[in-house]
Amino acid sequence: MPKVLMKGNEAIGEAAIRAGCLNYFAYPITPQSEVAEYLVRRMPEVGGVFLQGESEVAVGYMLFGAAGAGARVFTTSSSPGISLMSEAISYIAGAQCPAVFVNIVRGGPGLGGILPSQGDYFQATKGIGHGDCRMLVMAPASVQEAVEMVMKAFPLAEKYRNPVMVLGDGLIGQMMEPVEFPDHLKSEPTNKDAWSTNGMDHRNSKKRNIVKSLFLDPALLNDNNLQLKAKYDQMRSDEVMFEAYNTDSEYKGLVVSFGTMSRVCRTAIDLMKADGIEIAMIRPKTLFPFPEKAVADASKKPTCTHIISVEMNMGQMVEDVDLSVKGHLPVSWYGKCGGEIPTPEEIIDVVKSRIA
Amino acid sequence: MQSEVMFAGFGGQGILVMGKILAHAAMEEKYEVAWVPSYGPEMRGGTAYCTVVIADHPIGSPIIKNPKHLVAMNGPSLEKFAPTVKKGGVIFINRSLISFGANRDDVDELAVKIMEIAKDLGSVKAANIVALSAFVARSGIVSMEALKHCIKEEFSNKPKLIPLNMEAVVAGEKAGKK
Amino acid sequence: MGKTFKRPEALTETDTHYCPGCTHGIIHRLVAETIDELGILGKTVGIAPVGCAVLAYNYFNCDFQEAAHGRAPAMATGIKRVRPDLMVFTYQGDGDLASIGMGEIIHAANRGEKFTTIFVNNAIYGMTGGQMAPTTMPDQRTTTSPFGRNVEDVGMPIKVAELLAALQTPAYITRQTVIKPKYINKAKKAIKQAFTYQLEKKCFSLVEVVSTCPTNWGMTPLDAIEWTEKTLLEYYKLGDYKIPA
Repeated sequence: MPKVLMKGNEAIGEAAIRAGCLNYFAYPITPQSEVAEYLVRRMPEVGGVFLQGESEVAVGYMLFGAAGAGARVFTTSSSPGISLMSEAISYIAGAQCPAVFVNIVRGGPGLGGILPSQGDYFQATKGIGHGDCRMLVMAPASVQEAVEMVMKAFPLAEKYRNPVMVLGDGLIGQMMEPVEFPDHLKSEPTNKDAWSTNGMDHRNSKKRNIVKSLFLDPALLNDNNLQLKAKYDQMRSDEVMFEAYNTDSEYKGLVVSFGTMSRVCRTAIDLMKADGIEIAMIRPKTLFPFPEKAVADASKKPTCTHIISVEMNMGQMVEDVDLSVKGHLPVSWYGKCGGEIPTPEEIIDVVKSRIA
Repeated sequence: MQSEVMFAGFGGQGILVMGKILAHAAMEEKYEVAWVPSYGPEMRGGTAYCTVVIADHPIGSPIIKNPKHLVAMNGPSLEKFAPTVKKGGVIFINRSLISFGANRDDVDELAVKIMEIAKDLGSVKAANIVALSAFVARSGIVSMEALKHCIKEEFSNKPKLIPLNMEAVVAGEKAGKK
Repeated sequence: MGKTFKRPEALTETDTHYCPGCTHGIIHRLVAETIDELGILGKTVGIAPVGCAVLAYNYFNCDFQEAAHGRAPAMATGIKRVRPDLMVFTYQGDGDLASIGMGEIIHAANRGEKFTTIFVNNAIYGMTGGQMAPTTMPDQRTTTSPFGRNVEDVGMPIKVAELLAALQTPAYITRQTVIKPKYINKAKKAIKQAFTYQLEKKCFSLVEVVSTCPTNWGMTPLDAIEWTEKTLLEYYKLGDYKIPA
């Protein structure tokens, strides 16, 4: 298929359809409402379901219901809306259903702002809901990568029967870039007869299925959460994705950065290289599981003296970087938020001063 | 190679569409492109601007402080952004609304009465296409053929508007050429 | 002579956890009989609430999902939209539906979602131990209105059937009770009618069932029935509030 120029938000909507997800529930919020505006026209063309819910709270449970009944389903929202969905995400994780959430992050806390931000790192990777629940989180750095990650999110959600989030930011949603979609739709959803409430007649069985997160017996709840933990551990061993940039050089400093921010860092690294200063970057593509080993390995380069986590927030991923480096080199943070995006020039100044 | 074009003006002047058509044309010419809009409250009636980044390599930061070129469709935009343009770039000025200049001697300044030209062609709505065509003709950032192709695509669901906009391209090109 | 009375196929053999004198068991049975009579067991999905019926999935023989507090109508919407062929019912209490879940039920009803809600109104929070509900009567004592519900402070009890019937979207909205045999037959008819409307893909349907809670009311089951008839049914009038054209 030829490349088309598309806004990130619209490309995300199309990517879900190409991944065979024909069910979309959502509530409008800037800066991602274009997904709904795109899908309200597109879903009927492919025989899909589009529904604007009355709130993000309700939308979260529409996803839970639909996923519980065996459908492939997704929603898109932005930070304050994701907070409202976090209740449902916890239930979905507890009941072990697959669902995909796209968060086009804006500045917080509270209403915050509507410009690009990475302030939801903690929420997505560590605090998405009450109880022992986690999500697999992928962070795209371009519209093309957003498409690929959305398409990957559905099989991953089904493999783990767990919520999966694609964590973009306002820029990924609003920017237009050329994108290429795969020609073929993915295959039908995986067989969900063993657990979903798709109707006993439908699966030709006399045995009913129950989708729930309630386990009043402490031993059963412990067992359920051990199952969840086993899944999260498997994600840690099997699903880590990252990009290493300029790590073959004799770099003096290591930058860790994701999403839009990593693009600015890449430009800064290129400009410094032209100036004779070697800096490398690890770009996590999965935020959970975090590429701990990649960061740890890269930090062990003998020439490397300092590690900087560059983020569009007040310092969140830096804690995971610190945990990975385990204290053998200094780790620091640099960033801005509220829609302020550090420029390459700024990053160059910061990197130079810290590796000095 | 990388160049950046900032389009700026009032909401309703077709700023975002100009950027989109240019980005599309650059993509057709096999460049890497990124189109970055302003969004939010400022898109409601106030100023609108967008940046198009065109490169022969993967684009790093799409956030541009100092663009290579500027297309200024109103006075406040010219005042605000003219000082940020890189040396040697093109500054396009909508002479129908802006009576002053860029106040730079290290850039290529091009001022065109786009609204009068568009009105003569039949509709002032084509003023942004006149401006875009004049800018492309002067900067040579993409070919006029690619530009025409992408304008046709942009209006493919309103085919009645295509002839007018093709005339706007010709008029803009004439005004933009040195 | 043939068998004249048996457990509906739609009910499991599990003993319920409901208190003596509680009407949940009767309402479960009426829903189960309806499922049997319509022959829809294999395509029915129930949604359990948070409240006394939280474990309803243990008692019904069909597929079930367990909702968060108040969110059953949103889950039912999700299921019904992606699988319109399934028969979906929510089973909710007054705290669940009329307090924390008021937004979800109003919007589901207003969209005309084609599922059925069984709304059990006993004017109190049961499972959490007898707190005041939106449907608690004026001056009724609960653990969070120990001196009686003060309507100056917390407003009047909400009449859910009337409130939902005010929406312009066609729906079947009715209020019934099961405290005496003469009411039970009518309630059964209403529940069957509600499921039938869903089967015909006609409209949203809600059956409010005025019920008892002897335990949290601090009454014997017989006193509870009497108080229901004398007090609750005076305020919560029985009957059909909306019928689709």
